[in-house]
Amino acid sequence: MLTLLFDGVAYGMLLFILAIGLAVTLGLMNFINLAHGAFAMAGGYTTVLLMQHAGLPFLVCVPLAFVVTALLGGVMEFTLYRRMYDKPHLDQVLFSIGLTFMAVALVDFFVGSTQQLIQLPEFLKGRTELWDGALGMGHYRLAIILVCLVLALVLQRLLVRTRFGAQLRASVDNQRVASGMGIHVHKIFLSTFAVGSGLAGLGGALGAEVLGLDPTFPLKYMIYFLIVVAVGGTSTLSGPLLAALLLGIADVAGKYYVPKLGAFIVYSLMILILMWRPQGLFSRDGQ
Amino acid sequence: MNSRLLVVSLGLVFSLGAHLAQAQEAFKIGLILPMTGPSASTGKQIEAAARLYMVQNGDKVAGRKIELIIKDDGGVPDATKRMAQELVVNDKVGVLSGFGLTPLALATAPIATQSKTPMVVMAAATSSITEASPFIIRTSFTLPQCAVAMGDWAPKNGLKRVVTLVSDYGPGIDAERYFKERMQLNSAQVVESLRVPLRNPDFAPFLQKVRDLKPDALFVFVPSGAGAAVMKQFLERGMDKAGIKLIGTGDLTDDDQLNDMGDGALGVVTAHHYSAAHPSALNKKFVDAFKKANNGLRPNFMAVGGYDGMRVIYEALKNTKGGQGGGEALLAAMKGQIFESPRGQIFIDAQTRDIVQSIYLRKVERKEGQLYNVEFDVIKDMKDPGKAK
Amino acid sequence: MSAAQRLRTMGQLRLWEVAVWILLLALPLLLPTHALLISEITIIALFAMSLDLILGYAGIVSLGHAAFFGMGAYNAALFAKHLNPDPLTGLVVAMAFSGVLGAVCSLGVLRGSDLTRIMVTLGVALLLQELANKLDGLTGGADGLQGVVMGPVFGHFEFDLFGQTAAWYALGITLLVFVMLRRLVHSPLGYSLQAIRDNRLRALAIGIPVHARLVVIYTLSAALAGLAGGLQAQTTGFASLDVFGFDRSADVLLMLVIGGTGWLWGGLIGAVVFKTLHSVISAWTPQYWTFWLGLFLVLLMMVGRERLLRPWGWGRKS
Repeated sequence: MLTLLFDGVAYGMLLFILAIGLAVTLGLMNFINLAHGAFAMAGGYTTVLLMQHAGLPFLVCVPLAFVVTALLGGVMEFTLYRRMYDKPHLDQVLFSIGLTFMAVALVDFFVGSTQQLIQLPEFLKGRTELWDGALGMGHYRLAIILVCLVLALVLQRLLVRTRFGAQLRASVDNQRVASGMGIHVHKIFLSTFAVGSGLAGLGGALGAEVLGLDPTFPLKYMIYFLIVVAVGGTSTLSGPLLAALLLGIADVAGKYYVPKLGAFIVYSLMILILMWRPQGLFSRDGQ
Repeated sequence: MNSRLLVVSLGLVFSLGAHLAQAQEAFKIGLILPMTGPSASTGKQIEAAARLYMVQNGDKVAGRKIELIIKDDGGVPDATKRMAQELVVNDKVGVLSGFGLTPLALATAPIATQSKTPMVVMAAATSSITEASPFIIRTSFTLPQCAVAMGDWAPKNGLKRVVTLVSDYGPGIDAERYFKERMQLNSAQVVESLRVPLRNPDFAPFLQKVRDLKPDALFVFVPSGAGAAVMKQFLERGMDKAGIKLIGTGDLTDDDQLNDMGDGALGVVTAHHYSAAHPSALNKKFVDAFKKANNGLRPNFMAVGGYDGMRVIYEALKNTKGGQGGGEALLAAMKGQIFESPRGQIFIDAQTRDIVQSIYLRKVERKEGQLYNVEFDVIKDMKDPGKAK
Repeated sequence: MSAAQRLRTMGQLRLWEVAVWILLLALPLLLPTHALLISEITIIALFAMSLDLILGYAGIVSLGHAAFFGMGAYNAALFAKHLNPDPLTGLVVAMAFSGVLGAVCSLGVLRGSDLTRIMVTLGVALLLQELANKLDGLTGGADGLQGVVMGPVFGHFEFDLFGQTAAWYALGITLLVFVMLRRLVHSPLGYSLQAIRDNRLRALAIGIPVHARLVVIYTLSAALAGLAGGLQAQTTGFASLDVFGFDRSADVLLMLVIGGTGWLWGGLIGAVVFKTLHSVISAWTPQYWTFWLGLFLVLLMMVGRERLLRPWGWGRKS
């Protein structure tokens, strides 16, 4: 009911923040980056390690996770990803799977494979019940919804109202012409990739409490990010947002009402949608 | 010539002959554990415990050197089976051991039977495992042991309407069934039985459902390592404030993770066979030695299963004078062993080859600044209820 | 040799290939302690060969080929357990079910971009894994399907603990498939597939029925993957949820890429290289083998796949 809807929306918003970087990367650079989940994991672990070893409060660690992951993303784009843009998709897929494996093993080696537990600050721990329990809102999930909403709006403004956004959209539409018009496409790629990865890191930090955090995080959740991108399409911002919300609500509701089927529902839904509209539900371009 | 001299000279001849003929080679123990993947913490604990035992008791038994061959199956039953086969055929191990999960043990059972190699199950906990092969010995525990203990305790303490939440595989189904039956025997009710998938579980929707059912308590079984996620979700949904008590088997408050769960875990009552806070001298020694050798890591029930498993193997080797008589003799020497383990006194039942041990009821409390499962009641010498049927 | 003669003989095995196959068939005799490893590599090679059909010859990127492998494994195991323990009949059943599944799934991979194909194939594999998990009365769920005891091959050769029968069984079947596929890829059907892979639009323009051909090859590929899965279930006597796992699909893709797509030996070479690397590295660092695997993948992709087979090209810019 309402609580379920609330949970589903929270989950969906989180997925959106996690997946939006992937959508933009795919749309802009036509690069299937399966290592996106590894960036999310990096953000999560940055937060956990800073909290545990440097004693920094949660609210400081989350933006730091964004910064650290964005820097990591920028460096990787410049050194590694850039060489892979012209390669066929299969190579990109295997390359990013390789990066993911390395990330998973590195984290396992340095931190260990147990679930990482975060202690949230007190004001985020509570729960508000409305209408005699019909709507129960965990404060943390409420915070997630608010933060992600704000981020979505900021991104929208960035894309639509700023010069950078215009250049980005131009490059997505037609790279060659954009380059011909004097747009520094490589700089756009670098900054977009960095921001996209940073957002993934932010999502990972926020999600550590809700989704759990262990070295297998990228492999577990990659499929969800891919679903958001494939169903939502890569040409708009609202496409992945709606797809993420749909996915979040369907997943939560499915597990509640028909626990026997569980994730089955989500996968079937995805396959059916993709078979019906291969370019995504909300995409502008046909194929 | 008295008999002692005879025995000694025979012994000398034997060992001399052994050195010359190289007949007494090293005794190899194959230890197959999930060192990677979701059950990696199990593998880590058992490996540490096995090595600790070897350090404390030496690596020579009855004149033979003990060689421990550790293999990582990643929690994949195909791999376990293949590794077991290779260990038996290529490395010629005398004993197979480990087995972090039920499917891994079940997959290997035919190999043990075919090759007549004793198999010491140190972790897996489904009742039916020991029936899969006449060569299986278990030193871990079975879920029915804990579920029945809980099924007795709960109604006596005012918890008459309970919902069960278990992971959907062998041990989980065991726990659910035996808890339910025991509750019904005690005129209490299991209102609903929920099963969560083993891989990638998302507890939120299930716990929401429990919340809506408003029971007296929630009985949980999840494999070692997943307890923290359940606890977190339980607290986040305010279920403790809604008057629902959290109970379960000790896997929920696994010593490995317990200290990191925070104060929300205080007061949770579980039934299990081992707590790191068990007040015996042997246990204190074990815990201290383990922590020292492993960077302050606290041993959990998996570690104690591994530790005792090694003890069973060592004793059996001693009793068969280094494994003479092959697998069957070794197996016979393993059956019926009775000794004190860090968990309390345990006994390997000669008929069922399963473990008979005391099940403790414990509550999470803060001791010396850390969270521990503090034992407050005990059911002694509990046999596996699954076998009684 | 005239062009016509050359075309006719292209589908036949060369002398060196016959020699290699004789050596392979003799391996269980020459290395009896490694019979288990031999049958394992052979089965994976067969699986990789089936993937080569769609990847190397039709250009479809699939991250979920394990769906068919798993389907074959469970079907063969269930058939042997409940109906008839004869191995060869079990294989036919496995192939049939997987083939049907392949035909159904082929509808999903016809349209859309590479990403869509990846998602659909991945989704199907995950779906089947979930299904196998839920139908635990039938499949044993997370505990796996126990109690599969195979009858003797041809009513005579029992499956032994040392794995020799299994090795020869697997090798024999793989050889048959190899010969058949060699004929296939050098037939008009095979050539039309390569045309589709190279440029779908052009193939359509010259009148090749693209969709029909893709359905056919995908079905065949699925059936062969099911064959490999059935072999796996029969030789190990066991089937568990990991036959559908993402790891399996990713590993076989990697093996094929290492060995080289588009020529049938790629699967076999890739399987051997991969398994050898795995054994060597795992013996040295059992927990962190995935790190070295990942590093290998990253470097290989950056250097370029074709370079692996032509070491004299290293160092030169392409």
